[in-house]
Amino acid sequence: MPPALWLGLFAFLPLGTVAAISVMQRGSPITWELTLSNYGRLADPLLLMILARSLWMASVTTGLCLVIGYPLAYFIVQRRTSVRTLLYFFTLVPLWTNSLVLIYAWMVLLRGDGVVDQVARASGWLATHESLNWLYTPGAVIAGLVYWYLPFMVYPIYASLEKLDWRLYEAAQDLGASCLAAFRSVLLPLTWPGVLAGALLVFIPALSNFVVPQFLGGAKVALIGNVIQERFLSQPQDWPLGSALALAMMFLISLAIWAYFKFAHEGDAVG
Amino acid sequence: MKGTPLDRAQTRLSGDRRGILDPLLAPFLAFNAILAYTFLYLPMVILVLFSFSISRYASMWGGFSLEWYVKLFHNPELSQALFNSLLIAAATTLIATVLGTLAALGLERVPDRRRASHYDAALTLPILVPDIVQGIALLLFFVLVFNGLERVLDWRPTLGRLTVIIAHTAFAISYVAVVVRARLSGMQKSFEEAAMDLGANEWEAFWQVTLPLIWPGVLSGGLLAFTLSLDEFVLTFFTSGAGATTLPIQVWSMVKRGVTPEINALSTLMLLTSMTLVTLSVGLQRRR
Repeated sequence: MPPALWLGLFAFLPLGTVAAISVMQRGSPITWELTLSNYGRLADPLLLMILARSLWMASVTTGLCLVIGYPLAYFIVQRRTSVRTLLYFFTLVPLWTNSLVLIYAWMVLLRGDGVVDQVARASGWLATHESLNWLYTPGAVIAGLVYWYLPFMVYPIYASLEKLDWRLYEAAQDLGASCLAAFRSVLLPLTWPGVLAGALLVFIPALSNFVVPQFLGGAKVALIGNVIQERFLSQPQDWPLGSALALAMMFLISLAIWAYFKFAHEGDAVG
Repeated sequence: MKGTPLDRAQTRLSGDRRGILDPLLAPFLAFNAILAYTFLYLPMVILVLFSFSISRYASMWGGFSLEWYVKLFHNPELSQALFNSLLIAAATTLIATVLGTLAALGLERVPDRRRASHYDAALTLPILVPDIVQGIALLLFFVLVFNGLERVLDWRPTLGRLTVIIAHTAFAISYVAVVVRARLSGMQKSFEEAAMDLGANEWEAFWQVTLPLIWPGVLSGGLLAFTLSLDEFVLTFFTSGAGATTLPIQVWSMVKRGVTPEINALSTLMLLTSMTLVTLSVGLQRRR
């Protein structure tokens, strides 16, 4: 079966290669001697700080995407069929356009003397030669990440709302449940799998993204993806350390996937 | 407050609107939707607008002009990047469409449902592993293979267009397979069986019955592969070496040198291209 072979060759085998390189000595680029020292080098305070920051930013991004994405999916699903299809399409378009270009658009907006500064000056909120200096801040990075991954959250939530038997929701309301109570006791448990899938689809790539912090965070707000990328492609190269970092990140991601299955299972028990 | 029971019964029967809006909730939902769509589209609109500005500053309006587009077309670096992008996307589309369709057809024929779901999981794995990990993994993998080749053949290949094509194909296969599988699951197996009952062999049944039926799915999957390959940045970044700069890589290095109106123009063209391709692909998927 050639496709399975292809996937095995170019998707699974390389992961094993990363694991193998992470236990090799640093050289130019690699010296073939077994060592565990790369994992010891991960305990560097700067690296740990960047790792913690990445986790925090990926979590905030996931939370914001959920807070914006759930009501958005709910809004779309309530439109009539023709409008619904159109709105859904417009939510997904950014997924298939070049994210690099979209994030670049945010630089045009946020940079010094950029569009946001000009609007703020024109409205009298900002003095003529002042700047808001929003580019290269943690806020800019989070805005970029939310922008990039919002469609990933809307997509599975929309799919679960679309499949929902709305008579259950109406029955709850007919039986006197308030809007909030009906949401909490009917809507949320039934769309929980969609919420969890969305959270996973946002959290995993947001944790490893290096384009957004590079463009919108600059040197000040580096994330773990930037460090990995630089260890591989910038001088001084350090492939074994980069591989160890990548595996540490994969470990955090598998924790997230484990939590996903745990919570998805508990959702079954409740619903 | 919630409309008369008759209204609600009619809404329910029409099947068009789901749930009953709390009058307090409705404005909030509409407001959130307006904000969200503004958030998603305003940056794009502004980028497109400023690409037509005469000003030398990328975020300043100075009057309408096509100057930056003209400049773009005279940039030799860019035409090389465009050529690389198109070549890589065409090759990726060809290989990924054939292999992805084969994968989908193969999965459809797996009789054991449990095993079929394992194969399905294997197909989605490349979607779940972060692109940066796939990128470095492919880079390491290629370097190891090159080391081996050098030892055996005394010849060392370099990273370039070929390695990028392999990397793109590896992830595009999954997407093609998913799209073709969606088409296959809506298709009745009886057509193929009828053709074989009427004397067609397996090969003829495939070419004359199955393939024409799934053709819109195959085309749509191919278009998707083409779009994804044109837009792919991270895998290309790690597997292209110095020799195969594509358009996204070009944007990356131009942005690192500074924000210019030329990037606005290039970005606008890339945005319009992928939007056109996606609209085509979705249109094909919806066709019966």
